Amino acid sequence: MGTPPLSARNRELVNLVGVGVLTAVGFASVYIARQALVSSESLTYAALFLALYLVAHLVARYAVPDADSYLLPMVALLSAIGLTMIYRLDPDDAFRQSLWIVIGVLLFGLTLLVLRRDYRILESYKYLFGVGSLVLLALPALPGIGQTINGARLWVKVGPLQFQPGELAKIMLIVFLAGYLRDKREVLAQGRLKDFGPLLLIWGAAMVVLVQTNDLGSGLLLFGIFLAMLYVATGRALYAAGGLVLFVVGAAAIYRVFPRVESRVSNWLDPWADANGAGYQSVQSLFSIGNGGFGGTGLGRGTFTTTEGNPIIPFLNTDFIYSAIAQELGLVGSAGLLLVFMLFIARGMRVALVAGDGFSKLLAAGLTFGFALQTFIIVGGVLRVIPLTGITLPFVSYGGSSVVANFVLLAGLMLVSDRANARP
Amino acid sequence: MNKPIARLAFVATSLMVVLVIATTYWQAWAAGGLADRQENQIERVAQFTIERGRIVTREPAAVLARNRPKRVAGRTLFFRRYPPGGLAAHVVGYSTQGRSRAGLERSRNDYLTASNQNLSTLVESSLDKLTGATIEGNDLVLTLDMRAQRVALQGLAGRCGSVVALDPQTGKVLVMASFPTYDQNVIERNFGAIERVRAPCKPVAPLYNRATYGLYAPGSTYKVVTAAAAIDSGRYRAGSRFVDPGYCEVYGRRVSNYDTTRPFGNVDLRQALVNSINSVFCNIGKDLGSKLLVEYSKRFGFYDTPPLETPDNERAPSGLYQRTRLFDPKLDSDVDAGRFAFGQERLLVTPLQMAMVAGAIANRGAVMEPHVIDRIVSPKGTIVTRSRAKVYRQAVKPETATIVASMMREVVRAGTGTAAQIPGFVVGGKTGTAETGVEGTNNAWFIAFAGRKQPEVAIAVVLEQQDGTGGQLAAPIARAVLQALLGGTANS
Repeated sequence: MGTPPLSARNRELVNLVGVGVLTAVGFASVYIARQALVSSESLTYAALFLALYLVAHLVARYAVPDADSYLLPMVALLSAIGLTMIYRLDPDDAFRQSLWIVIGVLLFGLTLLVLRRDYRILESYKYLFGVGSLVLLALPALPGIGQTINGARLWVKVGPLQFQPGELAKIMLIVFLAGYLRDKREVLAQGRLKDFGPLLLIWGAAMVVLVQTNDLGSGLLLFGIFLAMLYVATGRALYAAGGLVLFVVGAAAIYRVFPRVESRVSNWLDPWADANGAGYQSVQSLFSIGNGGFGGTGLGRGTFTTTEGNPIIPFLNTDFIYSAIAQELGLVGSAGLLLVFMLFIARGMRVALVAGDGFSKLLAAGLTFGFALQTFIIVGGVLRVIPLTGITLPFVSYGGSSVVANFVLLAGLMLVSDRANARP
Repeated sequence: MNKPIARLAFVATSLMVVLVIATTYWQAWAAGGLADRQENQIERVAQFTIERGRIVTREPAAVLARNRPKRVAGRTLFFRRYPPGGLAAHVVGYSTQGRSRAGLERSRNDYLTASNQNLSTLVESSLDKLTGATIEGNDLVLTLDMRAQRVALQGLAGRCGSVVALDPQTGKVLVMASFPTYDQNVIERNFGAIERVRAPCKPVAPLYNRATYGLYAPGSTYKVVTAAAAIDSGRYRAGSRFVDPGYCEVYGRRVSNYDTTRPFGNVDLRQALVNSINSVFCNIGKDLGSKLLVEYSKRFGFYDTPPLETPDNERAPSGLYQRTRLFDPKLDSDVDAGRFAFGQERLLVTPLQMAMVAGAIANRGAVMEPHVIDRIVSPKGTIVTRSRAKVYRQAVKPETATIVASMMREVVRAGTGTAAQIPGFVVGGKTGTAETGVEGTNNAWFIAFAGRKQPEVAIAVVLEQQDGTGGQLAAPIARAVLQALLGGTANS
């Protein structure tokens, strides 16, 4: 028609303003529902939140002008939903989470600025990334700094700082695999046995991670990313299938040896068997989801505490944030949230499709699939589609390392997208 | 590499579709089943977000159940308190976190939580839910007179038993006491304390409402029903004459009068009731036959669970019992009509049923439908439902009732029930001392009606496992309760 189409960044800006309005509505409803507990300062959250994403937008405008215009607004929406929910559950946690989002956005901007000329130099440092990711994965196992929370050894504590190195290791592993697989894809595709050494090595590493962290989720995530990228690189579904079988075999062996994994699986099969003991978390989480019904209770009006004021579901704002959202926003809200995830995945895969070179394709596909698989593992666990494991819901769950790492993931996707779109 | 990427994209988005399907399953398909599960903490908490209606009485005013609001994690929860402790525990019942309920708290849960559905309440409660306003339940206003209720429990004085008083003209339940009782405030915290309640009877069973669920042999109080049947059937008159040899022969065995020291000789039906002569009623029973006796009992409400607002499973029907089941004889010979006629055989009755018998005699033969809820009032003060006086059964002709009533007045004036006399009031009654098969453990009964000129109250009192007569033990309790009730209305 008469009006010229909006440029990518202007589209992004319009979407971000829309997200800002939604965020304001979300915080306002929490404020209205819980006036007794939260103050009107909650509304300033929405304003600060919008300002923060405008800064991110300005950096993107400068560093990656041609990048996909929907990725950043979708991340803003996801983190807004997460922050609103965390705020509703505990305003103090929301304050810490918003600090982490600030740090995440800063790191996002920094990554864009540093790598805006050509991110592909990362390829030359692929082994550094590979070793780096192994070191990070091993950190929680070190005595003194390693921390065990909720039975899983995923944390590192240095002074007052506590983080999950696994989140960053995931991204470093993707960078390494993108470089390594682009290098070796022809060789691997030929299928000679001796070329599968590194593959078995990574399978072994995933098993070690599984054993050492005492958590099925992280191992499944890392190995799943690896299989997906191997498939993209070689085009051989058989490898992915074979790898999956190997993982299941390994996991089954571990299942017999480690009681924690075993209890997770038996809870998955029948959580009602011990509904007040081992199955309690899972069962109460299902009650929370069921309670939401179609329309939900409304923000701030759900039930998360007992009559004594104790939380009904432990780890509600990390592992179980999805059940909290499902209760207050209902099927409409939770399905909507999943649609945002799905759209983000579709956009991310589109970036991989249009990317010009193998490294970029593998990088974008790996980052996007990692994001998708992580979402599936935690939400699927909460919904009893698969056994429950403790990992975070990207951008939504409370947790610093996760937020920061996922902002770096976003930066990576936008860098690849910018380069792909900028090609004449 | 684009082909595998496209396939991977399909797999990744499919994973999200799986999650949407799973969410839909739990939120739409399985939601109802989840809400019903006992372990559901949310449902457990949710019932405390509703401001349950209060349970009160008006004349005199008393609160039997109310809420104590408490702020927990930013929302107001309402916890149930029962101010008078165990005073009317069996009628009011309880409502606990474990979602177990009893009494009116159970049977009228819908009204108390405002989930009773008609169009206006449906719109109102949906609006409340939308705006997040606290749902307020409806108040129950009971017909009980708590002063008289207290007198009744004091009268039982630690003996197991029950007192039921009705307004014979309207069916309003004025007193419904059962001992041993329990403190509803303790149910939640310390159920063990209730299990440890001691009382001089077996089983102790403090939770069950003896007034509507306790089954006792009625003994001689049942002679009122037999006398009414005898006269109403046209076979006898008050003046019909009998010769009492001191015993009655049934199936070749002698059944003695209560007082075995002397036979009464030549008496009429009126004297037989006044002195509670077993042999006379035994012969009347044999003459009328057990089928006719059962027929008349049904006209008083026997063989049906009496109507009342408490839960169905807290009330029992009266009648002949074969082990634990009601038994309706097909042939006259199935039942020993002689012993049936004076309240023995396998006859078991509830105190409520016997109060209904006294009420029918006092109300020209009409049994009124008993009710304990006078009205249900919405939070805005409008009346949701109001109970009306309804005839439940016409037991006997008005003339029959008038004759039997005069006979019962004679029992109190000059017979076995003199302990129930109240100066200035007309009182009619009938005593009963039912054998339970164990020596020294009789059920002591008294049923009565009383009023200034016309009967205003009907009452039944029973004491379990007593070593004494109904006239000695139960009549004084009836007298005290009647005085409390009539004294209260005398000034109004």
